Amino acid sequence: MTAPADSRRFRAAREGEWRRLEDILMRAESKSVRALSDEDLLALPILYRGALSSLSVARETSLDLELITYLEGLCARAYFFVYGVRTSAGSRMTAFFARDWPAAVRGLWRETLVSFAITLIGVMAGYLLVSSDSTWFDSLVPSGMASGRDFAATDEYLRSTLYHGEGGRGLAAFATFLFTHNAQVCVLSFSLGFAFGVPTAMLLVYNGAMAGAMLALFASRGLGMEMGGWLIIHGSTEFFAIVLAGAAGFRIGWSVVFPGEESRLAAATIAGRGAAIVMAGVVVMLFCAGLLEGLGRQLVTGDIARYAIGIAMLALWCGFFYLPRPAANG
Amino acid sequence: MAELALQRRAEEGKRRSLVTPEGVDLSLRLADIGQRIPAFLVDLMLMGAALVALTFVCMVGAFTIGLTSAEIAVIVWLLGFFLLRNFYFILMEMGPRAATFGKRMAGLRVVARSGERLTADRVIARNMMREIEFYLPLSFLFYGAGEGSVDALTGLAGLAWTGLFLFFPFFNKDRMRVGDLLAGTWVVSAPRRKLSADLAPGAWEGAPEYRFTAAQLDVYGVFELQTLEQLLRDPRPEAAATVAAAIRAKIGLAEDGSHDLAFLNAYYDAARARMERGLLFGKRRADKFDLPVQP
Repeated sequence: MTAPADSRRFRAAREGEWRRLEDILMRAESKSVRALSDEDLLALPILYRGALSSLSVARETSLDLELITYLEGLCARAYFFVYGVRTSAGSRMTAFFARDWPAAVRGLWRETLVSFAITLIGVMAGYLLVSSDSTWFDSLVPSGMASGRDFAATDEYLRSTLYHGEGGRGLAAFATFLFTHNAQVCVLSFSLGFAFGVPTAMLLVYNGAMAGAMLALFASRGLGMEMGGWLIIHGSTEFFAIVLAGAAGFRIGWSVVFPGEESRLAAATIAGRGAAIVMAGVVVMLFCAGLLEGLGRQLVTGDIARYAIGIAMLALWCGFFYLPRPAANG
Repeated sequence: MAELALQRRAEEGKRRSLVTPEGVDLSLRLADIGQRIPAFLVDLMLMGAALVALTFVCMVGAFTIGLTSAEIAVIVWLLGFFLLRNFYFILMEMGPRAATFGKRMAGLRVVARSGERLTADRVIARNMMREIEFYLPLSFLFYGAGEGSVDALTGLAGLAWTGLFLFFPFFNKDRMRVGDLLAGTWVVSAPRRKLSADLAPGAWEGAPEYRFTAAQLDVYGVFELQTLEQLLRDPRPEAAATVAAAIRAKIGLAEDGSHDLAFLNAYYDAARARMERGLLFGKRRADKFDLPVQP
């Protein structure tokens, strides 16, 4: 009786190469590419192509299921490694700040306008509601957020909150809390965009209404101008970030409902990837806002200076995102 | 056998083609829900353990530097929690393995559906959607449990609504989460395998010299042969006895009292040799129902 000699010989002849490839991949995956010697790096693409051709041959001539499964797994691992990420973290960061992030934000300009308009409507609604009937304040602003700043508070107390922060000690911790909280709300409003953008709009309106209610409270005591300075120094950055997160959510919702030329799946994927870049930037912006809130607002107590910083930050962000720039070459 | 055939069809349904630039189809296998849930649970437990460790370190730190200046500990804890919740998945999946620890244990990895390389924007998109897929249902669950009856109803409605996102992977054949859909990714099963030894012929001492006729070897197809291979690689005596009896009956061979596994090994060897020779001539029989066309 003749043994299946051909396929066994095929396997015996190439097994050494497969094992070497496996070994190189194991080291590269568990440590890093730097753990490989020059010799291994040069051998890798050759071994990879060898394994691929072994797979093709095995599929056509061998009935050894174990062997084919093994080769499929090995080839897939090698493929992901050979064609995987080549750029370093540093160059990816540079590309993100220099090109990808502003471009992604520019691509969302329509949604950004809509998102801004919705926030503005929220602010006006909150302001008008609380101005006409101060009982609205309690339903708009949760007591944890208000921390004593309500219509029962005295003028002196309200004024002191504007210039001495929320109780002296624990300021930096509070600013950190606000940063993480805002970032979480932004991620939520982005992901809720998938539900056709409706919950995102609701979040934006509510967020605006809270700010509007606060403004109305302070304006009723003749502190509107001062409150504006307190808010704008970090608010210009923070609100811009929230507006962008909402815009990213709207883009996703819009592309799911109206996919246009693409299939619904493809449209959602294109929108999702662009929006994700914006979201990574939103976290960076919120971090800046947290710094401005935790440090800047404690150090700068003059109204004019606060307005100047807030407006300068806004101009900086707008310039960074929207100023035309030469096309990247290469 | 019908059961096995159904299993095979289900297995083929999980394959997704990915053609490399060299022109070879890697035919990746999608991960099952049953692989992904344990992977996610492992990740959750790791995150929980890291959170406990972080809390412990922050508390010890706060007590050693004195409670009056413990603010730094609070800041570290808040930032640590934020980073853990949002960036554990993102950073792990951006690495060369494209998998979290849980996914590594289950032998899974994240792959771009188009077969391109997995970029950071895809990873960020797929993981930020966890906010509505997991954390939002969770918050509704606790919201419902913690509040009064009217709010419990709101919580229940919220839970039902967010359940749509949570159970999304059960309702599409590609087993995509909402995040996968938006990021253009899917999760494939790519475990590290070792190459086990080839089934060596004639390893059985004292076994009779079997001689099979061509007709006896042509009874089965590739599928049956590979099923037999799986049995031989993981031999269980009672299964071997059943299969040996079935094959002997099918090819009209009397029970000769020899060892079942020896017989199966010999039959496997001979049938594989014949079928592989057939492959070289372009003859491939998928299974026993796949009869050659009569001229």
